[in-house]
Amino acid sequence: MISANLSAIFYLVSGVLFILALRGLSSPETSRQGNLFGIVGMIIAVVVTFLSTGNFSSGFIFVLVFILVGGSIGAFIAYKIPMTAMPELVAGFHSLVGLAAVFVAIAAFLNPEAFNLGTQGNIKLGSLIEMSIGAAVGAITFSGSVIAFLKLQGIMSGSPITFRGQHLLNALILISIIILIYLLCSTQSSNLFWILLSISFLIGFLLIIPIGGADMPVVISMLNSYSGWAAAGIGFTLENTALIITGALVGSSGAILSYIMCKGMNRSFFNVILGGFGATDDASSSTSKEQRPVKSGNADDAAFLMKNASSVIIVPGYGMAVAQAQHALREMVDTLKKNDIKVSYAIHPVAGRMPGHMNVLLAEANVPYDEVFELEEINNDFANADVAFVIGANDVTNPVAKTDPQSPIYGMPVLDVEKCKSVLFVKRSLSPGYAGIDNDLFYKENTLMLFADAKKMTEDITKNL
Amino acid sequence: MEIDPLIFRLSIFILSIFVGYYVVWSVTPSLHTPLMSVTNAISSVIIVGAIIAGLAGGSETIFNISSVFGFLAIALAAINIFGGFLVTQRMLAMYKKKKKDKQ
Repeated sequence: MISANLSAIFYLVSGVLFILALRGLSSPETSRQGNLFGIVGMIIAVVVTFLSTGNFSSGFIFVLVFILVGGSIGAFIAYKIPMTAMPELVAGFHSLVGLAAVFVAIAAFLNPEAFNLGTQGNIKLGSLIEMSIGAAVGAITFSGSVIAFLKLQGIMSGSPITFRGQHLLNALILISIIILIYLLCSTQSSNLFWILLSISFLIGFLLIIPIGGADMPVVISMLNSYSGWAAAGIGFTLENTALIITGALVGSSGAILSYIMCKGMNRSFFNVILGGFGATDDASSSTSKEQRPVKSGNADDAAFLMKNASSVIIVPGYGMAVAQAQHALREMVDTLKKNDIKVSYAIHPVAGRMPGHMNVLLAEANVPYDEVFELEEINNDFANADVAFVIGANDVTNPVAKTDPQSPIYGMPVLDVEKCKSVLFVKRSLSPGYAGIDNDLFYKENTLMLFADAKKMTEDITKNL
Repeated sequence: MEIDPLIFRLSIFILSIFVGYYVVWSVTPSLHTPLMSVTNAISSVIIVGAIIAGLAGGSETIFNISSVFGFLAIALAAINIFGGFLVTQRMLAMYKKKKKDKQ
């Protein structure tokens, strides 16, 4: 058994190691070392907890068993999961953090003696406040992440679910959560604690259902942030420095990612959270539907254009992930490079269903990361490039965002794809993208539409090169 | 007058938010997905609370209701810790630079 002071110092050390773990991600070279720091920090925290309780009785065996069971499940998932399913995986993991926070809060509420928080029915006021906030945020994280997971997995429709009075209902529930926490702290009633948990689960569910599939990057980042705040709340209850530091890190990390994602769509955070985007646009798009001529081609035409180019920019989007086309794409690019054609990749901040989604898929297909560029880095190069190859992206290339103030996506930063000498656009049909608006790029003089499955088309082009 | 220890914890918390703010802004956008999975893993340090709860029962009362919640939380957090760190490692291993001999 080690003293409380000594264990507090070790918790501080693991908190610092977690900071270094995030610091490592500033470049791919240092990132692997960073991950190692994180693992060491976690081992220190767990070992110190064992030593500080000093309890190596039969309960200890059970703890180890549960760690092993959970650990093997986690390791199995980590090795089996395809890279295209990362958004679902992360959403699923968030829900587990949330639920774990809820369970720890319940355990502390039922047995406060074990945590030095007073006795049941007479928990220290400060601890009770922290505990109930941690439990409520954890519950919201859990049910919200479950909905996000179901939407990403396609079990639940990705389209927003809205109903009359939705925002009023949510506001009422949020207010009642605050009132319940106040009542809980003044009465210490366990019934109120259970009611608080139930309505927190409910609000998590209600908050996410109106948010559509393509807004998932914001939702995932936001839930990431919530899971951090929940951990911090529990950290205050347990007076544990490692948890407080980690909670603050994760909380601000998720908040920054949400901000970056919102900026990538030129929408305010509240606009995304209130939801319903893309749901009511059917009427407006059908009124302006006119038949405009489109040039379409086949793999042969595309191969011809690319063979005669000296530089090609690839614009991947969520459709590439759906079609699992990243490997086929890399093979096509290899062939292009053999013909001395310069190839680079342009990634929009909100391409895909989570921050950095496209980068991971390209890395999986062995695309070197120094050929992959962010929007600001590459946007000026489109004017000098011969061919832009848009695969699975749509709204993020729509020039309307720059020209039409009436458009719902006006002001959103877009890739200047239309400035290329010619544009190849791989798409299944002419249907509008997530925002429900037509893409002007389809009808440009220099655009050639390639109607096909992204993977099949890419393979066919490679054959023709 | 003595300062409440809560104030010290609050100070750590606020300063960590600032550390987090600057550290996360320096993360390269291409690593945002690994960032999310690794923050997932480290926020599961909540397992320390779960372990305390799980070990709270005596030898006859290993399975009182509080420790059962502790055990469940241990399993959930362990899934996240192993899953989160391993999947991050798997992703980071894929990020490669252009081979020099090709240039």
